Amino acid sequence: MVSYPGVDNPPFRWSMLIYDRRYRSLTLQAIVFILVMLLASWLIDNTLRNLSAMGKTLSFDFLFRRAGYDIPQQLIPYNSDDTHLRATVVGLLNTLLVSLLGCIAATIVGVVVGVLRLSSNWLIARLMTVYVEVFRNIPLLLWILVILAIFTEVMPPPNAYRGENPAASMILFDTIAPTNRYTAIPSLGMTNPPGTIALGREGISWAFVAYVAVIVLAFIGNRLLRTRAQRIQDATGKRPTTWWITLAMFAVPLLLLTWWFGLHLIPPVLRGFNFAEGINMDNALVVLWLALTLYTGAFIAEIVRAGILAVSRGQSEAAFALGLRPRRTMSLVILPQALRVIIPPLISQYLNLTKNSSLAIAVGYMDLRGTLGGTTLNQTGREMECMVLMMGIYLVLSLLISGGMNVFNSRVKLRER
Amino acid sequence: MKHTALFGSVTALALAASGAMAAEGDTLKEVKSRGVLNCGVNTGLIGFAAPDANGNWSGFDVAFCKAVAAAVLGDPAKVKYVPTTGQTRFTALSSGEVDLLARNSTWTFQRDTDLKLDFIGVNYYDGQGFMVRKDLGVSSAKELEGATICIQTGTTTELNLADYFKANNMTYQPVNIDSNAEGEQQYMAGACDAYTTDASGLAATRASFADPENHIILPEIISKEPLGPAVRHGDNNWGDIARWTLFALIAAEEYGVTSANIEELAKSSTNPEVQRLLGTTDELGKMIGLDAEWAKRAIKASGNYGEIFAATIGEQTPIGLARGLNAQWTQGGLMYAMPFR
Repeated sequence: MVSYPGVDNPPFRWSMLIYDRRYRSLTLQAIVFILVMLLASWLIDNTLRNLSAMGKTLSFDFLFRRAGYDIPQQLIPYNSDDTHLRATVVGLLNTLLVSLLGCIAATIVGVVVGVLRLSSNWLIARLMTVYVEVFRNIPLLLWILVILAIFTEVMPPPNAYRGENPAASMILFDTIAPTNRYTAIPSLGMTNPPGTIALGREGISWAFVAYVAVIVLAFIGNRLLRTRAQRIQDATGKRPTTWWITLAMFAVPLLLLTWWFGLHLIPPVLRGFNFAEGINMDNALVVLWLALTLYTGAFIAEIVRAGILAVSRGQSEAAFALGLRPRRTMSLVILPQALRVIIPPLISQYLNLTKNSSLAIAVGYMDLRGTLGGTTLNQTGREMECMVLMMGIYLVLSLLISGGMNVFNSRVKLRER
Repeated sequence: MKHTALFGSVTALALAASGAMAAEGDTLKEVKSRGVLNCGVNTGLIGFAAPDANGNWSGFDVAFCKAVAAAVLGDPAKVKYVPTTGQTRFTALSSGEVDLLARNSTWTFQRDTDLKLDFIGVNYYDGQGFMVRKDLGVSSAKELEGATICIQTGTTTELNLADYFKANNMTYQPVNIDSNAEGEQQYMAGACDAYTTDASGLAATRASFADPENHIILPEIISKEPLGPAVRHGDNNWGDIARWTLFALIAAEEYGVTSANIEELAKSSTNPEVQRLLGTTDELGKMIGLDAEWAKRAIKASGNYGEIFAATIGEQTPIGLARGLNAQWTQGGLMYAMPFR
């Protein structure tokens, strides 16, 4: 609002809400806000009215009733006597598991492919182009089904490993058995187990705690070591050799622990219908993980390529002129600048991957959609409640991911000085 | 732009709301004005409901849809078949997408009450069984300790399976599948040792295999699965129409009314019950908002209950199911139509 000396502001009139530019935008915003709120309340009211007309009331009691169904893969103990709430948590953890694995693997695939697509080697660059275009332009669901079909039809059933002269044989010194249900891999066993910390219905082995502690201590020690090396370098201009101390700090305690606990691999053996003793990695998880990785990886590759291309040529030429070698040019000059361009679209790819993981039902992987939005919804008939809850959980999950990535982004973004 | 988007969404919501309102109205009136019956059926289970190469549906459940369409609309062909999975079927019914659900659905307390459905009767008394390959060397479900079992999600069989293995102190690994076709594929590839669903469904699935003789259905029946058509809770007249159409088919078999002799019996029968059923005397149809010959048309559509059974899933078909519990009460079965008077 600009006021001039000697000119009185006219008194407020109602028509000014529309004709005065100072108020008009506020008026419009208020009207739109009221309309949106009215719409929302009408929508909710309509839903509740229709639900009550059908004789259904909104209630979340079902979450505390017995679920009664089993879930193939679970990260926390669960059986059919548990509640729907616990089944939901099991599903949520499965969603988180496949999303986390997928995000990590897709980032690796994406960065490698994105860099290789810019390779001066014609063949490699074209192959990567083919990969990106093929995966980016075919719906994810089809990829999931194709990979599932390959796993189901090509891999041998566990039965093929049976007998004197089996049709299939285990690979890697008889330790890994890929089947059309799961991949049986060895599990870890201890001859001298240190006991567990009880934690609800599950426990954490003291051995796990010991390993984590040793690794954390080694990292701290390594950091101190490097600080000291830096100090010596600053003082004398000569950096002492430290790599063997670092190696010893990690290796010696780990080996000692392994020897003390008697840690060893237990290979899977065929018992009854299935492999036992080892860990059976469910094909549903592997298929979904693979499909999500390859699909999202293709998008990330394009983002990485765009990010690298966005750094002007002058930057690398300047780096070369300063005598930096190509690898250091990449890691010290180009990538830090490219990251600024890469991170924001990368966030939305992570979100996409997490939400796409709800296609898990196609392979029978029991994620949140499979438990809460699938079997629980069906057995209890609480469509509205399950859907609202599921949407809420996905929303919170996405906001958490994007919040976390935004923090990371603000750390790597250009700092204007 | 803002205004256009807002207006568009208001219109969309209004349409959605009117759709929801229709779900609770007078189903009979609505079906008549629409001129076609929306019938929810299986996505494809040979013998019960499956489309042929030309897209014509046939089967045990389909025959019931046809009978209701004949009774209400006068033409058994005026049915739109809506394929539903185990997961989508009840939502399809309660949202008004279908008027009638004839899809091997088990009548349970919770579905009848909490899900707000009305099961109008039982058209097939079934039980859950297991199918395995012969070369697996298993002859009883008790030997399935540690087995991997394919199971359709969203079905009562999923719960029965969990209960059965728990009660027998055995473990198993479930493989969740969405449809019968997917289950068939996984089972054939050996991704599961056993496939479990209603015994009738197993027989139907086995009949579609290239080598049915290499698969056996284990003798254990682990549950009661009374399968029946369902309608929405709240529209009692529509429920009556569906219920008495089913009774008409069953009663017709009891009184020997077949699609072949129905015209003749309508003229010459002296049995008062048959006369009432076929609308020769008394106008029972009026009491449910239909004309006098509704039951006659329903029976003519695909024949009486016994004829439908024999033509779709009976012993002369590849599915080869015996009548067993589904015989008439006079033959030692459970099929018992309430009196038409």
